[in-house]
Amino acid sequence: MNAPTRHPEVQSRELSYAEAIREAMGLALARDERVILMGEDIGVYGGAFQVTGDLVERFGPDRVRDTPISELGGAGVAVGAALTGLRPIFEFQFSDFATLAMEQIVNQAAKMRYMLGGEASVPVVFRMPSGSGTGAAAQHSQSFEAWFGHVPGLKVVQPSTPEDAKGLLLAALEDPDPVVIFEHKLLYKMKGHVPEGWYTTPIGKAAVRRTGRDLTIVASAIMVHRALAAAETLAAEGIDVEVIDLRSVRPIDRETIIASVRKTGRLICVYEGVRTLGVGAEISAMIAESDAFDYLDAPILRLGGAEAPIPYNPDLEKAAVPQTPDIETAARRLVRKEV
Amino acid sequence: MAKDDNTPFAIRNYEAETLRKALRKMYLIRFFEEGAEDSYMRGLIHGTMHLSIGQEASAVASCLSLTDEDKITSTHRGHGHCIGKGAEVGRMFAEFFGKEEGYCHGRGGSMHIADVTKGNLGANGIVGGGIPIAVGAALTAKQLGTGAVTVCFFGDGANNEGAFHEALNMATVWQLPVVFVCENNKYGMSTSTERSTAVKNISERAAAYRMPGRTVDGNDFSAVAEAVSEAVDRARRGEGPSLVENLTYRWRGHSKSDRNRYRTKEEIDAWIARDPILRFRDELMAHGIIDVDAAEGIEAAARQEVEEGIAFAKGGTAPSVTEVTRYVHAEARP
Repeated sequence: MNAPTRHPEVQSRELSYAEAIREAMGLALARDERVILMGEDIGVYGGAFQVTGDLVERFGPDRVRDTPISELGGAGVAVGAALTGLRPIFEFQFSDFATLAMEQIVNQAAKMRYMLGGEASVPVVFRMPSGSGTGAAAQHSQSFEAWFGHVPGLKVVQPSTPEDAKGLLLAALEDPDPVVIFEHKLLYKMKGHVPEGWYTTPIGKAAVRRTGRDLTIVASAIMVHRALAAAETLAAEGIDVEVIDLRSVRPIDRETIIASVRKTGRLICVYEGVRTLGVGAEISAMIAESDAFDYLDAPILRLGGAEAPIPYNPDLEKAAVPQTPDIETAARRLVRKEV
Repeated sequence: MAKDDNTPFAIRNYEAETLRKALRKMYLIRFFEEGAEDSYMRGLIHGTMHLSIGQEASAVASCLSLTDEDKITSTHRGHGHCIGKGAEVGRMFAEFFGKEEGYCHGRGGSMHIADVTKGNLGANGIVGGGIPIAVGAALTAKQLGTGAVTVCFFGDGANNEGAFHEALNMATVWQLPVVFVCENNKYGMSTSTERSTAVKNISERAAAYRMPGRTVDGNDFSAVAEAVSEAVDRARRGEGPSLVENLTYRWRGHSKSDRNRYRTKEEIDAWIARDPILRFRDELMAHGIIDVDAAEGIEAAARQEVEEGIAFAKGGTAPSVTEVTRYVHAEARP
């Protein structure tokens, strides 16, 4: 079990995913004067999803800095600030809007250390509210983990719990290189136990959320919760599912996933990004290239987003990304050799 | 140094030794780039490069009032800015030759030379890429109260990028200590500013960002030094950003692929006749800062430094091919 690093004396209490992120940012702002928050409407508005909330009242508008609607320029300012000694956390209002800033994230932030032969560091954190399910349609619902995961120099994480949302953000802040955090919008209100104080969840480590013998499901973000729900139903049918929370897209935790597939002999990858050329393709290839391949009793399956933009109509929107029954159906087919 | 009002700004305001060093840096840029071009022709350097021969006054005069604490961001045509901000030509050549002794240990090449310790945040392969980064550096200075100023070099081509608009707007909204220095050499690759840009002078754009804008003769060392140092002083006083446009010209093509089909030989010759180095040298002689012997001595010393730099680079160490992924991330701390 790869549980987050935890100190025994640290008390736990329930916070929402959004509150956990806010708590992490508040701790960082209080601890290190180099930390600043930047983003659109993160000040008195409190952020489009109320993640920054009241931080501007505690730390003032210079450290919780509203930017103009300038994603490219704003991201670039964060990169330049990181390069010269600040520790900026830059919030994109929606991860979709990061497409306007690809230049600064991909060409500048990700490559600066390498291009300069290790003589520079860009410790910037990009926060990206991501995913579908809010009825916001095609330009406010995308899942771009694979896009950013394709870029050497970036680290890409996707917390699925309040505890990890805080721990991964603090780990990202401690990291000397750029980290992109995809926060699933449907998780912002989810409550869970969150340790108090400063702790980090290691980047690059998956978490086994449920152990099982018959099938490994590697899921990310909200799909972890759908996979766990499916696993409960399947358990009643005698199918014992192991659920791995990917947590980190880049780097990927090969060890945990390969060990699990060696044990279960079956793998389903469940992710919200478009199925083709997505995170599941990488995990599938990783297993195919590893010695876990010899342990496979069935083909690897991928459940991912439809080959379409995210639609507006609520039924269509649900149909565009994996839902709990889709995972159950796929698991039954796989375990009962119906594929 | 009391000088009368007709004396050029640089000569009125800077020590003779500073001015001699500035001339030496201009020669260094010229000979460095000629040396790089020659090495490329001989097949000693691969890839491409963007030469700034003819633009030396802009690079050196813009950095004249900066300290090592001040920052610059540069462009794909950035060799002059590096030398202006204090880079050593030996380590620059080593980078061109792809050697470990280079500023980027051979990973960056011509388009990514930087020296963060000297405040040079790097050349940039993306047109306009450095402009928001400069504003970020200025934000750091303001936030931490370091007193540093950032000079942001970019070309005329970059003024039509969205990054230019976003960055200049933020610089004013936040009153940041940054000076935008546009080196207008008339062409974005082959496309002239007349064909690409809605305003006649790029400095006119400053009005849209409520900052001062000036256009100066970029081949006149003293004119550039005056405009940029005033803007730097203003930034340092906390009065916000400025835009200075240096009108200049690159004698060579855009890069090594350029066949010069978009401009005339007459135009190029007319600009060569306005050589910024000879103009500055003659000005220093006219004001008694140097004599002919001193001028020749400075030129010869620069030539020698470049030759030594090439020899240093040739003798450098090739990176190990096993280290292709080194420097992607920070190395593990002990």
